Amino acid sequence: MALFKTKAAAVSEELASQIGESDTLSIKLRRMVRRNKLAAFSGVLLALLVLCAVFAPVLTPYDAVTGDIAQRLKPPSAAHWLGTDEMGRDVLTRLLYGARVSLAVGVVPTLASMIIGAALGMAAGYLGGKADHIIMRLADVMLAFPSLLLAMVIMYTLGGSVLNIFLALTLISWASVARVARSETISLKESEYVEAARSIGVRPARIILRHILPNCIPSFIVLFTLNVPGAILSESSLSFLGIGIQLPNSSWGLMVNMGRQFLYNAPWISLAPSAAIMLVVLCCNFLGDGLRDALDPHLNND
Amino acid sequence: MEELTLKIEHLCSGFFTERGYVPAVDDVSLVIPQGQVVGIVGESGCGKSMIARSVMGLLKYPGRITGGSIQLAGRELTGLPDRQMQRIRGKDMAMIFQEPMTSLNPVATVGRQMREALLLHEKMDKNAAREQVLNMLERVGISEPEKRYNAYPHELSGGLRQRVMIAMAMICMPKLLIADEPTTALDVTIEAQILRLIRDLSRQTGMSVLLISHNLGVIAQMCDAVYVMYAGKIVEQADAFTLFDSHAHPYTKGLMDSVIDLKTNPRRLPAIGGVVPNLLHLPAGCAFSPRCPLAGERCRAERPEMEQLAPGHMCRCFEGRRA
Ligand SMILES: Nc1ncnc2c1ncn2[C@@H]1O[C@H](COP(=O)(O)OP(=O)(O)OP(=O)(O)O)[C@@H](O)[C@H]1O
Ligand SMILES: [Mg+2]
Repeated sequence: MALFKTKAAAVSEELASQIGESDTLSIKLRRMVRRNKLAAFSGVLLALLVLCAVFAPVLTPYDAVTGDIAQRLKPPSAAHWLGTDEMGRDVLTRLLYGARVSLAVGVVPTLASMIIGAALGMAAGYLGGKADHIIMRLADVMLAFPSLLLAMVIMYTLGGSVLNIFLALTLISWASVARVARSETISLKESEYVEAARSIGVRPARIILRHILPNCIPSFIVLFTLNVPGAILSESSLSFLGIGIQLPNSSWGLMVNMGRQFLYNAPWISLAPSAAIMLVVLCCNFLGDGLRDALDPHLNND
Repeated sequence: MEELTLKIEHLCSGFFTERGYVPAVDDVSLVIPQGQVVGIVGESGCGKSMIARSVMGLLKYPGRITGGSIQLAGRELTGLPDRQMQRIRGKDMAMIFQEPMTSLNPVATVGRQMREALLLHEKMDKNAAREQVLNMLERVGISEPEKRYNAYPHELSGGLRQRVMIAMAMICMPKLLIADEPTTALDVTIEAQILRLIRDLSRQTGMSVLLISHNLGVIAQMCDAVYVMYAGKIVEQADAFTLFDSHAHPYTKGLMDSVIDLKTNPRRLPAIGGVVPNLLHLPAGCAFSPRCPLAGERCRAERPEMEQLAPGHMCRCFEGRRA
């Protein structure tokens, strides 16, 4: 453990020392677009998806909640691109409206857990000693739990609602963020410019906010894109199990659950949201990988 | 009596490691009269930076001051709480570091970093601070200060960055500037410019400078008084002229010879053989004795004390006069 720690510290110190030599964020992003077409494409696709979710009412003539019973369980056609479900609702429309919940569930708890995890992790890393000990043991306990099980317990006790989903997912993911934030902070704390800042009398809180946080942003961006799919998947699992989003709200996970009974006669009801989940998760991962490569100073030298 | 900017007495500081206490600085006394440039010279690892950090109150864990006193313009610094040290750092004393390439925050503009001290210590508003920063940039010989103010560190060369660091350290007109190997990372012509800049600024403002270097040439150019350090202890101290002309310690002689060797016969190895001793297992006698050409029985058994050879010239060696 001790060996691993020092090695990690040495590596990140090397990284930190090279940040001084590397390009600005926008240059890196432009290089990513040029080099990693897959990541750039994923980014564009995700942006489109967000737009579709936001402008769902404009994009589809159907209603998400009420359907035409006469049209129930119809396969994909020109009128209903992805077919209809057991209540005659257009699956594509449901998918677009469900995207609002699923994407929100991907972004909001991830963002909240980033803020909490970053604050705790940076405090632990910078202050060291007892604060470090307490915060990180807490994080260890969180990480030792199977996270989905923990989320299930929370949802069972609090009841299924969007807000509770946010709460549960935030609670299960702050710890890994805190770990990353802590190790980044520890290596940045040793950097010469933090020392230079200390040597002119800058106080700890300001050092963390002004000198350490901005230099952690690249890793936080990467972490964010890599954590969003986890949140979306967790929500899907919870909703599939019936303890996540509740009707009449809808999310992709809930749609998969609802379509389960019709898997033989009308497979599109479950397959469409499954494919959507897969697509978003893959896009996030590709984008995250691309960003990681783009922001890693070691890979920027050619 | 002339006024002392810095007075260090019997300073001990070291690291509490798992393998034991590492005495990186052992019983060091040092004074810097107002307006003077005082040098510390010695091989890598002898504890030069440790002295600087002890004075600044920036010791890295698990390092601690374990004894002695440090007075800045008559005010005791050891034992001061962190809040008060923060008020002194940057205002009454400041430090410039070895690596100009990494001493500036890569994501903040030069101007923003430089004005930080003014906002903190002088409670200036941003416009006044900006004026002052521009003045200071000009003063350290940076052309187009307006342009540099908004530049990011990676847009500047190493020499420019070190100038920025100096300007940043001097922005509140500290009484003491500590320069820890300020030119090691720079090429020779830039080195000369930076050193001249530090010396000129010291003369113009009456600021005292503690200059740390392992390069005797740098020390010779710059310093009024010189302290030679070995394995955590001062082994010889004198004014610069005496030290170069009639040094007494065999270690000082070794340092001089290695400079001369490099000049006259660059292929010969530097004159001091052997390696710096492990601070955890120092020899029973003089720390330099295993490497010393003059070492006798007594040197290996007994630790020499500082002895005065002439007024202002002290040496820690039994054989001192013979070197
Ligand atoms: N964390 C630590 N634990 C134990 N010993 C340490 C630690 N950090 C430094 N030291 C020891 O403290 C001694 C003094 O180090 P210092 O940095 O002051 O040397 P220096 O004279 O500035 O050398 P250089 O010319 O390389 O900068 C060294 O011998 C070093 O081995
Ligand atoms: Mg040093």
